[in-house]
Amino acid sequence: MMNVALIGLGSVGKGVAGMLAQKDLGIAITGIADSKSGCMDPGGLDIAGLLANKTKRGYCGDQEISASDVIRKADYDALIEVTPTNALTGEPAIGYIKAALLRKKHVVTSNKGPIALAYKELHALAVKKGVALRYEATVAGAIPIMHTLEHGLAGNEILALYGVLNGTCNYILTRMAAEGLTYEQALLEAREMGYAEADPTYDVQGIDAAIKLVILANTIWGNGIRLNDVDRTGIDLLTPDAMRLADDEGCTIRLIAEAIPRKHILRVSPRIIEKNHPLVVEGTLNALTLETDMAKEITLIGRGAGSIETASAIIGDLLFIKDRYVQRA
Amino acid sequence: MQVSMKLEMKDSPGQLVAALKPMSDVGGNIIAVIHQREPELDEDTLNVQIVLELPEGRLEKLVALLNEQGVRIQRIGEERLLYKRTVILIGHLMHTDLSDTVDQIDSTGFAEVCELAMSMPAVNERSSSRITIKAVSKGDMEAALAILRRVSHQKSLLLIEPLEEIA
Repeated sequence: MMNVALIGLGSVGKGVAGMLAQKDLGIAITGIADSKSGCMDPGGLDIAGLLANKTKRGYCGDQEISASDVIRKADYDALIEVTPTNALTGEPAIGYIKAALLRKKHVVTSNKGPIALAYKELHALAVKKGVALRYEATVAGAIPIMHTLEHGLAGNEILALYGVLNGTCNYILTRMAAEGLTYEQALLEAREMGYAEADPTYDVQGIDAAIKLVILANTIWGNGIRLNDVDRTGIDLLTPDAMRLADDEGCTIRLIAEAIPRKHILRVSPRIIEKNHPLVVEGTLNALTLETDMAKEITLIGRGAGSIETASAIIGDLLFIKDRYVQRA
Repeated sequence: MQVSMKLEMKDSPGQLVAALKPMSDVGGNIIAVIHQREPELDEDTLNVQIVLELPEGRLEKLVALLNEQGVRIQRIGEERLLYKRTVILIGHLMHTDLSDTVDQIDSTGFAEVCELAMSMPAVNERSSSRITIKAVSKGDMEAALAILRRVSHQKSLLLIEPLEEIA
């Protein structure tokens, strides 16, 4: 049995808690915290009861107990950090992750802020403490890109990567191309479907995709690049006419994140792409092509967001840690 | 002088080298070699397009040498721009002097705008255009696109480039 503490009980946190309670994976939740409360029990918590509390009154546990209390005091092997992303400071998640690593606890996170901003430092701390820091869920949702890089493509040199890494943009572009909608109309529709935030800046200007590109580049090449190093153009100035002009040539337009170290290319930009290209995926799907020396091109396609889809990536990381590090009782 | 020729040869080892050797023998400088495997052709026939810089007065000699090698010359042409790329430009294209934008490519001598499709929804609204550029070589195409990137930036136009074939 492996014990975990779960910090963050939004859409992703609920998905993880629900799946761990439902599936018999040998993982028990011994600590849990949302933004207002916390709860600990070394014997394992009653997840269904806590989730019901959360739905009923807006917080899950004891308001006297904070997330920091759970991280510092609970009895667990791995911390699951799924609080909202802060792309500017990475806090409070960076602090949470450090506190757990300092206690020699493994960490699994879906939070892009800490990995994009402080990967080097956090990775070094994890290595020093002899524990794992895993973040499969930060890039492309359910697509197992980190596992693919680490295991399936082990020994390959990664020469380039190209990807559709933002489902919101891909949905908007799919709708503009299919229905001749203006950008504004497609954005409104994306909001109604729950695919776009009230303030869509982060998605439509390519910032989210650029952050994911930073995470991938640092993971693959360890090149220490930052968000400001990415050459970035969004989709908010695209016109229906441009989509039609591309369509006339059997092409469409998609927001593509690309990294090609040998050409010093690191950019997120709308691109003309043939409709039958493997990266042309519909709706909110994500897609990613890796170009490697031995395997040549590999393309992965899947769901880039969603509560249970993201839980899939997190649980994959947890079970990896359980197999690799945690003694089974 | 720059010459473009389309050659047909047997798709067997050594054939391409046999075709290229006479070109250097007459003092030619090969700029580009483009393979085309056309579906309607025999499986063992290969079509190759070649662009080369040739000293004046050597063409006849080259043709004779190629015939000796059993290489069939399908076409010799002036069409020297072989690489094509299509981009889309969005913005105030007329107000920012579209003909100047095009001329910046045409005036290079190694690349030119060969097709332009345009859509203007209303006065004061941003227009969109699809521009196809031809260039002699891959390197020249890169240079032409670099010029277009710079001009687009100066004129606040949104340039949408094609996703290159993965190579």
